[in-house]
Amino acid sequence: MLYREVGQFRTSYAADQAIFPIRQDRFGMLALLLVAYIAVPLMANEYWLSTIFVPFFVFSLAALGLNILTGYAGQLSLGTGGFMAVGAFTAYKLATAFPGLNIVLVFVAAGIVTALVGLLFGIPSLRIKGFYLAVATLAAQFFLIWLFVKVAWFQNYSPSGVITAPPRAVFGHFFVTGPEALPAYKYWFTLTFAAVLALAAKNMVRGATGRKWMAIRDMDIAAEIIGIRPLSTKLLAFAVSSFYIGIAGALWAFIYTASVEALAFDIDRSFQILFMIIIGGLGSILGSFLGAAFIILLPIFLNNLPDQLGLHVGVALVTNLQDIIYGALIVSFLIAEPNGLAALWRIGKEKLRLWPFPH
Amino acid sequence: MKLRKLAVGLALTGAIGWATGGGPVFAQNEQFIPRLVYRTGPYAPDGIPFANGYVDYLDMINARDGGVNGIKITYEECETGYNNDRGVECYERLKNHPPTGASLVDPLSTGITYALISRATADKIPVVSMGYGRADASYGPVFRYVFTFPATYWAGANAIVEYIGSQVGGMDKLKGKKIALVYLNAAYGKEPIPTLKALATKYGYTFTGYAVNSPGIDQQATWLQIHQANPDYVLMWGWGVMNSTAIKDAASVGYPMDHFIGIWWSGDNPDVEPAGMAAKGYKAAEFHGVGANYPVIQDILKYVYDKGHGHGQRSGVGGPLYDRGVINAIYDMAALRTAQKKFGDKPLTGEQVRWGLENLDLTGAQIKALGGEGLVTPIHLSCEDHEGAGNVRISQWDGKAWHMITGWIVPDRTFLREMYKESALQYAKENNITPVNCAEVHASR
Repeated sequence: MLYREVGQFRTSYAADQAIFPIRQDRFGMLALLLVAYIAVPLMANEYWLSTIFVPFFVFSLAALGLNILTGYAGQLSLGTGGFMAVGAFTAYKLATAFPGLNIVLVFVAAGIVTALVGLLFGIPSLRIKGFYLAVATLAAQFFLIWLFVKVAWFQNYSPSGVITAPPRAVFGHFFVTGPEALPAYKYWFTLTFAAVLALAAKNMVRGATGRKWMAIRDMDIAAEIIGIRPLSTKLLAFAVSSFYIGIAGALWAFIYTASVEALAFDIDRSFQILFMIIIGGLGSILGSFLGAAFIILLPIFLNNLPDQLGLHVGVALVTNLQDIIYGALIVSFLIAEPNGLAALWRIGKEKLRLWPFPH
Repeated sequence: MKLRKLAVGLALTGAIGWATGGGPVFAQNEQFIPRLVYRTGPYAPDGIPFANGYVDYLDMINARDGGVNGIKITYEECETGYNNDRGVECYERLKNHPPTGASLVDPLSTGITYALISRATADKIPVVSMGYGRADASYGPVFRYVFTFPATYWAGANAIVEYIGSQVGGMDKLKGKKIALVYLNAAYGKEPIPTLKALATKYGYTFTGYAVNSPGIDQQATWLQIHQANPDYVLMWGWGVMNSTAIKDAASVGYPMDHFIGIWWSGDNPDVEPAGMAAKGYKAAEFHGVGANYPVIQDILKYVYDKGHGHGQRSGVGGPLYDRGVINAIYDMAALRTAQKKFGDKPLTGEQVRWGLENLDLTGAQIKALGGEGLVTPIHLSCEDHEGAGNVRISQWDGKAWHMITGWIVPDRTFLREMYKESALQYAKENNITPVNCAEVHASR
């Protein structure tokens, strides 16, 4: 009843091709953005802003990046952690070598460098597919982490291999990194990156580029026959995906933890992000956000739950219980909806359109 | 369907409770200590005794004395799993705890210490990294809120090299010797490398580092390499299951145990016991005493374990890591008392506790009164020096127990201070920190 498109006529091609052709979706999105930009920073405390929302947006971006490569272009990658490290260390080198450089430019440059590295490691994808490609990207993961641990130049010769984000501001004096940065600024900064890049991704995947990626994913030989060049298409997917992941890595190192060692981006990180897109939904922008929320927020929520309910149990038991419940939820979600949380949302929307008269 | 409703209901209740910040009501005459612990994961065997020792001491103080000068000490544990981002989350969760927020934070992880330094400084909460963390943070004028007493890794490395010097018949005999380091490939393990390299230039030994990736259960290749290189001494900066694996693998390539020296985090019973008799002769550096024969530990048994409130097994009381947890708590409470002398017997803020830490002067007589003579090292901190004593002893495992085989080794303090200062000023430059003038700080008291 509420969610029905009756009476909404599209009279031009532009209206028909809009991102959200249905009015309710447009208003919904607008309301969501207003809530995210205004209501959340007003209502949430420091803990929520800096340790729940910031990592959520950072991981959403990383998941978005991997989703472009794996979900849309069908190239399985296990190198996400390594590419995040490239973004983090490039941003660190740039920010310390050019202290006057605007932090936004630093992050974009970090993304571009990561894109180039991704391009390099994407070359094998022209010859190898599926699990074999996963193994090749695994090599990227191990090589990149080894590189950042081994070569002290990347850490500015820090004795312990830990890099610390220098304080940087946007628009003159709004610090987003360093100790003086206010949680709200960090939040807005990360949110803006996530929102702008998500919009860009949405436009890419519904345009010619995305269709090429999906054609390659669904059947590469057929795609080649209808005139899609696998070389440029696959490499573009690697580059765009790595760009997103690189920015996520830089945000993680600079905005969230503020100091990071290469080991924070080890193979576990790659798997974590892969799980995000599997649970969230392969080939879905929304799925990247939902998956990140599930993987990042659920453990924190489960960890806080007993205390908030007034139950006093040991932290070890809570952590073990958390792992058990979390694992059980993953399994049950995948059984209930193998296509991820985004598919659940899609089904929900379909039902909502018919409600309250299904048949 | 009923089950689903129940689950949804539970989740909603939890979410609402969490979002509205529900929970117990707190009395005002309390001092809150956040506890970042790891009782699960690959480092749990080491994390558990330390965590138990710390909170058992607090419970004992509350039960025996009714808190510190009448202020009840409360605490809440948060599981980090030795994971840096979980550590940050725990810190953020607990830092604004009523009534006065976190008094201080003991991260028990060099990585988490690094992640918290700038945050805690901005929040005015002192970071006590007792025998771990960032060594150059000993330079107080730059790292106002970070404390590294009683010994940093650089001091530990220096002391071990001096011990080796005494073994080979003088520091000048180190020339041409080969010293290797087996380290956990993380911030913690890499920390001593600059010191060992600087000392290599000074004394003329050759230094080689062998990185072991976390969690360190596969070291056979490393030990084959070491076997081929055949260094005169092997040092170890290991943690958790890496320690016992290293000792077993060293034994399997026939490396002499009495030439294998671990740092204090590689010298607990769980590290040597799995290797059985092969571990006999293994050495470790220590900055405190071990065992249960101290009045303070006996009080813990009496006031906590006899009443059935102990956090761990009774048999675990008195192990090196358990004792280290107790010692950490003793230092923290001593700082609290120092701060109370200036600010009054009331719940103190992190800023006030920082003053207490910086002016901490724990003498032998005070330690005796606390029941920790021989267990706790006396320390005297100041604005310039956040490390204090920094003396180290070497202990040896005889197959059943640890024995101290040396007296206190004093590292080369002038050399270390210079290194701390140089490195800290570099950090200050990168992070736009103006070092404070300690003469002015002292004058203002």
